Amino acid sequence: MRVLARRSGGRRLLLSGLLLAGAVACAAPPPAPPPPPAPRADLVVLLPGPDGKVGAVAVQEAGRETVLNTAYASAHTGPGGPMVPDQATPDEVKSIFAEALSAEPPRPVTFVLYFVEATDQFTPESQALVDQVMVAIASRPAPELTVAGHTDAVGTDQYNDALSLRRAERVRDMLIARGIPPASIQAIGRGKREPRVPTADGVAEPRNRRVEITVR
Amino acid sequence: MRTGFATRVWSRAVLTLALGLACTVLWASEGAAQDAGRVKTVKGTVYIERGGQRELALVGAGVRQADTLVTGPDGAVGVTMADDTLLSAGPNSVLVIERFLYDPNQPGSFETALTKGTLAVVSGRIAKQAPDAMRVKTPAAILGVRGTEFLVRASAGSP
Repeated sequence: MRVLARRSGGRRLLLSGLLLAGAVACAAPPPAPPPPPAPRADLVVLLPGPDGKVGAVAVQEAGRETVLNTAYASAHTGPGGPMVPDQATPDEVKSIFAEALSAEPPRPVTFVLYFVEATDQFTPESQALVDQVMVAIASRPAPELTVAGHTDAVGTDQYNDALSLRRAERVRDMLIARGIPPASIQAIGRGKREPRVPTADGVAEPRNRRVEITVR
Repeated sequence: MRTGFATRVWSRAVLTLALGLACTVLWASEGAAQDAGRVKTVKGTVYIERGGQRELALVGAGVRQADTLVTGPDGAVGVTMADDTLLSAGPNSVLVIERFLYDPNQPGSFETALTKGTLAVVSGRIAKQAPDAMRVKTPAAILGVRGTEFLVRASAGSP
């Protein structure tokens, strides 16, 4: 009985609510037609990096080029179509791009391991760094690794390509032994193409004998 | 002495925790050889279209040349490419991976098209290899990427 009474009470409340809503709707003036949506412009905004450095983007259309190379420099389509240079603000960026920015994957991080000359043996300090690599891996969604071997400038290209790949493969094997699936690791040999410290050809430079592990 | 011990215990605890986490990490699926990139973040509804098929995108899914990423009104997705480029798209976006050619020892080429919606980019190694090796197209313009961080909105989309 009680339940029934309460239920009918609820229904009455609902009904009166509906009536009230109807009355309000009748009383209100007819809603104005919505304004036509503002045409959305193509928009490009250059951002400063975490270190404050700003890159450059060349905006090309119809044979014209506008280069954006300062923080928050922007370009958008004007009424007639062509891109107009402009300046965006951090607030604008936040309101338009908040969701895209919040979906950004973690930034790749690189660890550098050093080797004893002409060998694939690590220096002792580099052994300890591997623990940090494991921590970086654990904090990432679907982690992957690139293991890139590098050499100094002593020897031929061919020799250094082979040596750098051997160094990278040695690091890869060690990471696999620590439980990282082989499919997630790519080992590459970069030879003497990308010295950390530029030298003349033939110069022995310990800082160039290294493997860079990038976790992404 | 005491602090030394505490620090050692603490760092060991952190390490153990990290290693424990490593075991529970969601690893990328096998057969990664053809993949140009990998989905790292997903919010709401996100699809990958490949060869006329449409599949829900999950964290860890591979992204290949010619794939199209589509986000719903509640969707957002983040992808890391093999050259360390980061792409992340907001709601109601359509992003086509038109071309991805990457060899660490050769100049590569990377072209994407944002046909609608919003996109955040942090360029990677391909953009460093040669100027304009990376391009992002919108309905109105082509962006030659010299580096590094920028945002794009395509006119047909929202917000």
